[in-house]
Amino acid sequence: MTKNGEQNWDLVITGRTSLFDLKFADVWNYRDLLVLFVRRDFVSFYKQTVLGPLWFFIQPVFTMLVYTFVFGNLANIPTDGLPKPLFYLCGITAWNYFADCLTKTSTVFRDNANIFGKVYFPRLIMPLSIVVSNLARFGVQLILLIGMMGYYAVQGVHLHISAALALFPFLVLLMAVLGLSCGLLITALTTKYRDLAFLVTFGVQLLMYATTVIYPLSEAKEKYPAYAWIIELNPMTGIIETFRYAFLGEGSFTIPGLMYSTVISLVLLFFSIIVFNRTEKNFVDTI
Amino acid sequence: MKETVIKVENLSKAYQIGQIGTGTISRDIERFVRTKVLGKEDTFYKIGEANDRSVKGSSDIVWSLRDINFEIQQGDAVGIIGKNGAGKSTLLKVLSRVTGPTEGNIKVKGRIASLLEVGTGFHPELTGRENIFLNGAILGMRKKEIRAKLDEIIDFSGVERYIDTPVKRYSSGMYVRLAFAVAAHLDSEILIVDEVLAVGDAEFQKKCLGKMGEISKGEGRTVLFVSHNMSAVSRLCTKGILISNGKILQTGNVEEVVETYLKVAVGNKSADSWDDLSKAPGSEFFKLRDVRMIGPAGQVTGFFDVTEPVRAEFTYEVLKDGERYTHGLNVFNDQGVHILSSHHSNSESLEIPSKKGVYRTSVEIPANLLAEGGYELSFAIMKYKPFEVIFHKMDILGFSVVDELQSEDGRGSYSGKLPGLVRSHLKWTNI
Repeated sequence: MTKNGEQNWDLVITGRTSLFDLKFADVWNYRDLLVLFVRRDFVSFYKQTVLGPLWFFIQPVFTMLVYTFVFGNLANIPTDGLPKPLFYLCGITAWNYFADCLTKTSTVFRDNANIFGKVYFPRLIMPLSIVVSNLARFGVQLILLIGMMGYYAVQGVHLHISAALALFPFLVLLMAVLGLSCGLLITALTTKYRDLAFLVTFGVQLLMYATTVIYPLSEAKEKYPAYAWIIELNPMTGIIETFRYAFLGEGSFTIPGLMYSTVISLVLLFFSIIVFNRTEKNFVDTI
Repeated sequence: MKETVIKVENLSKAYQIGQIGTGTISRDIERFVRTKVLGKEDTFYKIGEANDRSVKGSSDIVWSLRDINFEIQQGDAVGIIGKNGAGKSTLLKVLSRVTGPTEGNIKVKGRIASLLEVGTGFHPELTGRENIFLNGAILGMRKKEIRAKLDEIIDFSGVERYIDTPVKRYSSGMYVRLAFAVAAHLDSEILIVDEVLAVGDAEFQKKCLGKMGEISKGEGRTVLFVSHNMSAVSRLCTKGILISNGKILQTGNVEEVVETYLKVAVGNKSADSWDDLSKAPGSEFFKLRDVRMIGPAGQVTGFFDVTEPVRAEFTYEVLKDGERYTHGLNVFNDQGVHILSSHHSNSESLEIPSKKGVYRTSVEIPANLLAEGGYELSFAIMKYKPFEVIFHKMDILGFSVVDELQSEDGRGSYSGKLPGLVRSHLKWTNI
C-alpha cells in the first residue's frame, strides 16, 4: 500500500522495485493455486500410463543394480560396512529428489513461458509446486528403501536406525530448498543466456560424483585427505551423510556439517529468490 | 465524482528487437560497469525510437509505449483501440503484470483479473471440472470462491454433459466456452479483456458480449476491453483510448475515439483536389481537378452508415476535343478484395464528342450493400470503340462503412459481427 495524497492504492506497478521485496504475501494468497498445480502434475502423470507409479520404482532399482555392479563389485568402493544395494539405494533416493527439484525448476521459465506470458500470478508458485510434486516420487522411492531395509533386516543384517531419523523432515526440506535455489538461479539466467541450460544436464551428473552418493565421506577422507574438503564444501554431502546415518546408522553425521548445509541452503534460497523475482518481471520480453 | 481506480503515469515500455543472445553477456557486463560501478547514465534506452514497423530503424530499441498517462474511474468500461502494433497488447500486458514497465508506474485500486487469452493453463488430461478449478486459481480466484460459483460456471458454459471428460476430447468451441465461462465469473473489481471474443460461434460471442455488458453496467465493475471489432467496442464501452505508435492519440467518449480510429486506421482520403494541372493525375486527354465523398446531407465525409448510400463526385478537365469516352470505378475493401466494378454506360459523353472544359460526374453506391469496413475507390476513364482504358488510378478515394446500430440495419436484436463482403437486406418470408 502506498499513500498517494488522497488515495490508498492496492497495487503499484513500477519498473523498479526494491531488491528485497520478496512478495511472500502474494505467494500466500495464491496457495490454492499451488495445491492445484501439484494435483495437476499428479493426475496428468498417471493418466494414460500403463504402469503408472511403477515407473517411480524402475529407475532407482536399475540404478541401484548398476551401481552395485560397477562401483561396488568392479571398483570395490567400500560402503561403510553396509550391504551395497542398500547403501546405494539410500544415496540414490536422496540424491534423486534433490536432482529432480533442481532440473525441473531450472526450466520453469522456458516451460511455462506460454502461461506466464498471458496471466499474472506469483511466478514462485510454479517452482514451489514442482518441488512439492516431486515429493510424490520421493515418497515412492522411500517406500522402496524401507522395503529393502525390511528385506535385509529379515536376512539378519543388523541395521540400527538412529535417533537422527527425527531430522528426516528437516533433511527433506533442506534438499528441497537447495534444489529449488539452484534451479531458480539457473532458470533466471537461462532466460537470457540460453546456453547455461546445457550445463544443467551434465552439471548435475558431475555434482553427483562430488557428493557422497556412491562412496562414503569417511572413505574419501581416508584416501584423499587433501581433497576431501571439496566434497565437504558441497552442501549436499552433509545432507546425504545425515540421511544415510538416520536410516542405516552409518555415515559421517556431524552437527557442524549439517549446520553448514543449512546456512548455505538458506543463503542460496534468499539470493535465488531475489534473482528470480528480478527476472520474472521482464523475462517474457526476452524468452 | 467517481473514484479513480487505475492511474497510469508516464508509462513507457522499451523492447529490444533483433537477436538477443550473441554478445549479451559482454554487453550486460559493460552496461553494469558503466552504470553501477562508474555511476554513468544508462545510455541503453537513450537511443530508442517510436515503434513504426514499416520504417527500418537505426537502433535495437523500440518504445512500444511512450509516456502514457490516463486515469480510469470506477465502473467505466474503457475500450482500448489502435492499429496492430500500436501498443495495445503491450499496455494490457503491463497492466496485467505479465511484464514490467521500463519507466513510469501504474496505480491500481482493487483486484485485477486479466483475460489475455481464454483457457490459460488448461491441461488437456484434466476434466472440465478440474480445469475450472485450475484455470480459476490461475486467474486469481480462491478455491472456495470457485466452488461457490461452480454450478453457475458450468451452466454458463453449456458443456455440462462433458464436465467430467478430459478437455482434450472437447471440440475447440466447447473448450472456449468453458474457458470463457470461468473468466466471466471472476470476482475482481477490474477486468481486463483482450480480443478473446474473436473465437467461438456467433451465439456464444453474443453471450460473451452480453455478459461483459452486464459486468460493466450491471455490477459496476471496471472493464478494459481491447478489440478490433469497433461495433463491439462502441456497444460495450463508454470511454475510449486510442493508441498509435505507443502514444495516446485520443481519450474520451467512445464514439469520438472510434471515429478518430477509423479515420486514422483506414487512412481515409475523403476528398482531394489539384489546382496545379501539371501535378494532377490524368492523361493527355484529361486531368482530375477534384474528388470527394459526399454524405447524405451533401457534406464531404469519409463515414457512411450501412443504411446510407455512398456517393462520390469527380471533377475533371477535358483537354482535347472530339473524343468519346465514359467513366468507371472499382471498389476494393480494406483487405484488397475487389468488391465491384461499374461503368457509366449511359453517359452522353459516349454519344457526343468531347469539348474542352470542366465536367463533373457523380456516382452512388446504393445503401445496404457494402458491409462494415474500410474501402478504397479507383477511378477510370475509358473509350468503347475500340475499348481502351485511357486512365485508371487506384486508391483515389477512401471511406468507411460503419454500423451505428440503427434499427433499420438488418440486424434485428443481434449485436454480434455480421460477416460477409456485402451486407444487403434480403427478403425473408415464412411460407
